[in-house]
Amino acid sequence: MAIDLTSDLSTRKAFSEAMTEFGLRDKRVFSVAADSESRFGAFRKEASDRALNLGIAEQNAMSIAAGLAFCGKIPFVSTYATFLTMRACEQIRTDIAFANLNVRIVGTNVGFSSDWLGMTHQALEDVALMRSIPNMTVLVPADGAATYRLVEALINYEGPAYLRIRGTAKEPHVSCPEPVVIGKARKIRDGTDLTIIACGRLVYEAMVAADRLAQEGIKVRVLDMHTVKPLDEESVLKAAKETKRILTVEEHNVVGGLGSAVAEVTSAQWPVPVRRMGVEDRFGLPGKEEDLFTFFNLTSEHIISEARKLYEREASS
Amino acid sequence: MLAAEDLNRLQTEATAVRKEAIKMATRAGTGHLGPALGIVDVMWTLYSRHLKYDPKNPSWPERDRLILSKGHSCLALYATLAKKGFFAEELLKTYCRELGTKLGGHPERNLPGVEANTGSLGHGFNIGIGMALAAKADHKEYKVYTILGDGETQEGSIWEGAMAAAHYKLDNLVAIVDRNNLQVSNYVDQVMNIEPLAEKWASFGWEVREIDGHDYHQIDEALRSIPFTPGKPSVIIAKTIKGKGLPIAENKVEWHHKVPNEREYQEMDKLLGLGSCTP
Repeated sequence: MAIDLTSDLSTRKAFSEAMTEFGLRDKRVFSVAADSESRFGAFRKEASDRALNLGIAEQNAMSIAAGLAFCGKIPFVSTYATFLTMRACEQIRTDIAFANLNVRIVGTNVGFSSDWLGMTHQALEDVALMRSIPNMTVLVPADGAATYRLVEALINYEGPAYLRIRGTAKEPHVSCPEPVVIGKARKIRDGTDLTIIACGRLVYEAMVAADRLAQEGIKVRVLDMHTVKPLDEESVLKAAKETKRILTVEEHNVVGGLGSAVAEVTSAQWPVPVRRMGVEDRFGLPGKEEDLFTFFNLTSEHIISEARKLYEREASS
Repeated sequence: MLAAEDLNRLQTEATAVRKEAIKMATRAGTGHLGPALGIVDVMWTLYSRHLKYDPKNPSWPERDRLILSKGHSCLALYATLAKKGFFAEELLKTYCRELGTKLGGHPERNLPGVEANTGSLGHGFNIGIGMALAAKADHKEYKVYTILGDGETQEGSIWEGAMAAAHYKLDNLVAIVDRNNLQVSNYVDQVMNIEPLAEKWASFGWEVREIDGHDYHQIDEALRSIPFTPGKPSVIIAKTIKGKGLPIAENKVEWHHKVPNEREYQEMDKLLGLGSCTP
């Protein structure tokens, strides 16, 4: 392994390293780019006969991935998440998901990692779109290490999967002794007063928030819900029963993402208050990444404030 | 040139396929009958003389692949597959008549012989490109045939694919364009002109042949010559008559998604000898 998985890594770097490490070993793996070859790192040179670049044509790239998968290949298709999951959405649904093909759709530069590129590149709806497609697995890794492990797991995983990653900037490592297993939440912190369920980059912020709240005497459980679909309902219901309040946090529209998935489960099986933090049903805008997180109220400070409010409201009622 | 007996057989058998398609659509009261009838001659010739397959082992890895990118022509495919032994002809009676039938209004892979789920235009052709790329990567000899509607070439994804297939020198890929100049709402040239079609494909790097899609000699000759040029994908623009073989439907806009009513069926029965179409 060429990288240290306990260090701060970008999710793009982790993806290209994993693609190279596991893709070179397994001859079924193909990379499918749409003028986005840099996603695949050394794989594209070392396995050039399995590295396709279809140019700026995402729909064609996606259908071609389906054709490859019909012939037993495991194509990883990757470019900006907006183009991949939106322009080629019908190809994903009809060509890939309906046939339950082993295509890995790796949407990159999601949310505010596309800082100054603005709303065209800031995917904030992709999880909702992919989650609504039958057969699709939806994965949102918290950091580089989780990205790496999920790519490894996807080599021998049955059915289509969407992997949602960010950009080339380093991201803080989320330390957790539990392995990353598709479909199973990782408990990053344990607590009994409230549970924060987060995914992606904001898992780290949720952890920071939990540590601060612990100093105030509020014991917060933090779940890294890297698999948004199929959702780990058991962990969600356990949290609902044991901590009585849930705060969800995601770098995504509050419509249709992780928060919606959690609320769908609790409302039907064990109703508790679920406060959903995310982008409040609006588009992104150009800006520095940290400014965008602040503008959309998605920093550890905001999480602390919302968690406190939720805890106090429910404690007094 | 085809020998007289081969020609005779193709004609007789293709007529049987047409009759089957007409009966299926009539029985169900629904179906894209016009688009199916127009492509029968090309499809039957392909399955009878060119495509490599084993109906008893439809997933045989070395088989040629045929993708009906214009999935709405599926009545022709269903009747052809049944007559070639992929499944019992009895199953044809379930076409659009049983909940969850394997023979719905567009082809799905749970029916033996169907290679891709098509029905949304501008998808199947591109899936075929992926299969042709896989064949090249695996050094396999099989070919991938795709059948497109002429209206379907209005989809941008077709030209994304055309560009890519030439770029990757996929001479194991064949596109057959069903050039009947009709689409759902009107004549193709009235809706959105696609001409000059042959020049378009040629300029995208394909080797083009234009044929009469009802002339078995021309169909057979074109299919026998694949690839037309080594290192280039081949496209056959087959000039056809939508609804061919059902006189009331031939070259009529309204027969895109229409089936005969009782009176029309009786009329056609007298003319063509369709026979009873009760279940």
